[in-house]
Amino acid sequence: MTHHLPISFSLNGEAIAIEVPTHTLLVDLIRDRIGLKGTKRSCDMEVCGACTVLLDGAPISSCTTLAVDVDRREVTTIEGVTPADGLSRIQEAFVRHGGLQCGFCTPGFIMAVTALLKAKPHPTDDEIRHYLHGNLCRCTGYIKIFEAVKSLA
Amino acid sequence: MLPLPFEYTRLPTIDEALAAVGEDGEGMFYSGGTELLLAMKMRVIHTERLVDIKGIAGLDGIMLNDADEIEIGARCTHNRIAGDALIQEHVPALSALCADVANIRVRSVGTIGGNLCFGEPHADPPTMLAVLDARLVLQGLGGIRSVPADEFIQGELETVRAPNELLTTIVFPRPSGSVTYRRFKHGERPSVNVAMAWSLAERNTIIASARIRVGALSFRPQALTAVEDALRGRSIVEARCAVAEALPAALDALDVNADRHGGADYKRHLAGVLLQRNLDDALGGGRS
Ligand SMILES: Cc1cc2nc3c(=O)[nH]c(=O)nc-3n(C[C@H](O)[C@H](O)[C@H](O)COP(=O)(O)OP(=O)(O)OC[C@H]3O[C@@H](n4cnc5c(N)ncnc54)[C@H](O)[C@@H]3O)c2cc1C
Ligand code: FES
Ligand code: FES
Repeated sequence: MTHHLPISFSLNGEAIAIEVPTHTLLVDLIRDRIGLKGTKRSCDMEVCGACTVLLDGAPISSCTTLAVDVDRREVTTIEGVTPADGLSRIQEAFVRHGGLQCGFCTPGFIMAVTALLKAKPHPTDDEIRHYLHGNLCRCTGYIKIFEAVKSLA
Repeated sequence: MLPLPFEYTRLPTIDEALAAVGEDGEGMFYSGGTELLLAMKMRVIHTERLVDIKGIAGLDGIMLNDADEIEIGARCTHNRIAGDALIQEHVPALSALCADVANIRVRSVGTIGGNLCFGEPHADPPTMLAVLDARLVLQGLGGIRSVPADEFIQGELETVRAPNELLTTIVFPRPSGSVTYRRFKHGERPSVNVAMAWSLAERNTIIASARIRVGALSFRPQALTAVEDALRGRSIVEARCAVAEALPAALDALDVNADRHGGADYKRHLAGVLLQRNLDDALGGGRS
């Protein structure tokens, strides 16, 4: 029956039409079927934020979202917010402030900060902390990430 | 990890969704999926058929009805409730509660209905909805029934909802007095939480009635009846004394599970501290 479904959606502005097994997770569709490896999987339980992508502009955990959920919607990944040459202003701020070390959490952070600044171009310190509380980083100790975001606020 | 394969269907009406879940519940409703997919990935829940309710119109409204009650659709996400002007105006404590559930990603897609129906003991909304004297409206093939929030959760991850009943709406009277909420957590989910609502009489000097619920200590929120009784009819200047007198025995009477959030005595103590802070909030400029 409906164990496979055709879906069509926009990925970083490009139209995708593909058939997926219904139990496919969005992170696997993006990384393995489509081959965009910027989105990471770490905790696999909606806690760490490494897999953050935007669905119609809102941050979600792609590790715990079905591929069929994005049918007829817009998905944005780290590749979609990275200019063809160089870096976005958010990425540049992370580099300038040392907001990354191993970099594994970084795509998730960049996506969350993208959504934050879209919703609130000038967030307060508390708003920054509150919004990013669900993105975990094992390296930086968060201060430098906070300073990077604050430099844009 | 991947969930085991299942049939997936997204249906536009409640009746079709109820029929697809089936009399003997071989299907399951799928809303934000933030709990269900986790459990399916861990293979502790499996269903043959996932019935997506995201396409059903009319389940995500928030309104004040003609009976001066607030109605919240079960498909409202935590973010939607946190940002809603009506909720911010009439129950700011509920808006603040939803703004602090989980993390930004779970709040984007996770719903209040999914939170209630999952029946997870370490949850925030059930405590608040019990204190607001909410009723939960369930729709099944046989008709519609309402269940008081206090009676909805029946055990750990167990509710009175039949597998083929859809939670459609949460309804509660528009609060007439202060509503406050405090939680303590060191991980993702609350270790202990306390909600309090009271209504005042005699030009806001006398506590006409009070409701207090303590959540996350056992499988469902519990009333602090002795403290509620001690507050009723007292002047608000005596509220602190009334609580201090009744609290120790009331805390002892609570059913408390020791778990990774802490031992029973510790959590009882936290519940007492959180109640005192609710009281501070209510006395110091909470809504009255
Ligand atoms: C990392 C993390 C942190 C969290 N932290 C908190 C926290 O701090 N406080 C807190 O309170 N909660 C917390 N939660 C729980 C969160 O609130 C719930 O995951 C969310 O609200 C569930 O909603 P959903 O729409 O995703 O439900 P789903 O996962 O889609 O469904 C959950 C269950 O309810 C059933 N169901 C869903 N909607 C309906 C309906 N309308 N009628 C009948 N049955 C239905 C489904 O069949 C399923 O059994 C956390 C969750 C995660 C993953
Ligand atoms: S991998 Fe999805 S939140 Fe951690
Ligand atoms: S930079 Fe290594 S986890 Fe954040």
